[in-house]
Amino acid sequence: MIESFGYVLAFLVAGTGFMALVLTLARFIRPNRPNDEKLSTYESGEAPVGNANVRFNPRFYLYALLFVLFEIELILLFPWAVVFGDKQLAAASENWKHFALFEMLIFIGILGLGLAYAWVKGYLEWEKPNIQAEDFKSPVPPKAYEKFN
Amino acid sequence: MEPTNTLFMAKAVIILVVFAITLGVAAYSTYFERKIAAFMQDRVGPDRAGPFGILQPLADAVKMFMKEDFIPSHANKWLFIMGPCLSMLTALMTSAVIPFGDTVTVAGVTFDLQGIDVNIGILWVFGIVSLGVYGILIGGWASNNKYALLGGIRAASQNISYELAMGLSIIAILMFSGSLSTKTIVEAQQNGHWNIFYQPLGFIIFIVCAFAECNRTPFDLPECETELIGGYHTEYSSMKLGFYLFAEYINMFISGAVMATLFFGGYDYPGYEFVANKLGETPAAFIGAGALIGKALFFVFVFMWVRWTLPRFRYDQLMNLGWTGLIPLSIYNVLVTGIGILSGQPIIAGIAGFVLLILGLIIYDQLTVKKKIA
Repeated sequence: MIESFGYVLAFLVAGTGFMALVLTLARFIRPNRPNDEKLSTYESGEAPVGNANVRFNPRFYLYALLFVLFEIELILLFPWAVVFGDKQLAAASENWKHFALFEMLIFIGILGLGLAYAWVKGYLEWEKPNIQAEDFKSPVPPKAYEKFN
Repeated sequence: MEPTNTLFMAKAVIILVVFAITLGVAAYSTYFERKIAAFMQDRVGPDRAGPFGILQPLADAVKMFMKEDFIPSHANKWLFIMGPCLSMLTALMTSAVIPFGDTVTVAGVTFDLQGIDVNIGILWVFGIVSLGVYGILIGGWASNNKYALLGGIRAASQNISYELAMGLSIIAILMFSGSLSTKTIVEAQQNGHWNIFYQPLGFIIFIVCAFAECNRTPFDLPECETELIGGYHTEYSSMKLGFYLFAEYINMFISGAVMATLFFGGYDYPGYEFVANKLGETPAAFIGAGALIGKALFFVFVFMWVRWTLPRFRYDQLMNLGWTGLIPLSIYNVLVTGIGILSGQPIIAGIAGFVLLILGLIIYDQLTVKKKIA
């Protein structure tokens, strides 16, 4: 089995080689005439303002934290699923599958509780802008839109 | 030593063929994407390069090669080059474990129509797809551009969110097969026992996640041109941009192939036994490889079809769907699958779980709609 990973290496080498070939080949045939205007950062044609490392919504970090939690769950679930589907183990003991499933349900349940907590606390909600009401009278009742938002 | 050498040659040929197939399909996907878009919008589409425009991908490649490639002065040079390369490399690497066909015998050498049959199979695909987010994130960060940075962060956030539901839907498959090897998963589905019949809900979750992982409409927020110009590839030009675009099409094809492998029996097709008896194992296996590629191409078509059918999601809707929709659904799916296997009636349990879910959703919807209107 371990020699199969030699072919993985072969794939890696072939892929890297392909990309190196394409990039070097392109280097020789394309023009290269840089100037200050071209090399400046693109900001819709205006001169770029300030640092490009802008602040962004901290919610992205919350998602990253939640992700780590659930990724650990997944890492444990992959070997569990393989053992659960194992025919020999199932044949060895009658209650094996019931036990394995119940055990995993407790684990998923605890993590599901965590997700439910984040959900109830509103960590999964994005702040929406407050939209001011207009004078315009639309024939569509505004409540009808709520179904989609 | 002699058999090992021929086997090695066979493997080398297979690696080349797999690369050629993925690259060729990806190149022609760009052509068919434009043709299908044109068909759906009642236009002609590309028709100048060659008959019916079939040389269009070549013309595009030449254009990509000839374009000037410059690196913005404030960009981090090496990371800027690494971003698209990593994207492309991860896209190419996933094809290694797809079982394209059963065992064949050509010129006295018996081998599998598969790059590598490793025992971690589907975990390999899953891991490499997870790595793919680095390509986009590095490219977006290294550009030193506000739009690119936002695009990269959106891509990272979206990919990690949908990865979870995708992993959970794969786990339901693994509970049947008891193995991570893609070959074993396909062999368990032979003779029409396709996983789609056992896992209708799992398939829906998987295909939605595949759309999000490939950054395809309706989930193409990272490169949403109405908000972020070009998203993470705003500053890219020439072949580096080409790598990003190409990686997307390769990912589409590979995710189609993975869907076919996991849910639609891989290289199985109706009448496999009959063909194998009539013509022999080898031609049957080659037809099977054709069947797998056909299924994958069908999914590529679905990707394009959806692109011209559905509008783009808003970012909060996207994250909501991932976290409060798909993750609970996929946990429910694992639960239903487990009960189905324990009761010994996986098909009935799968379909019953699906019907129960739809009923529950309809009832929930009715209750909340009445509250909202009143």
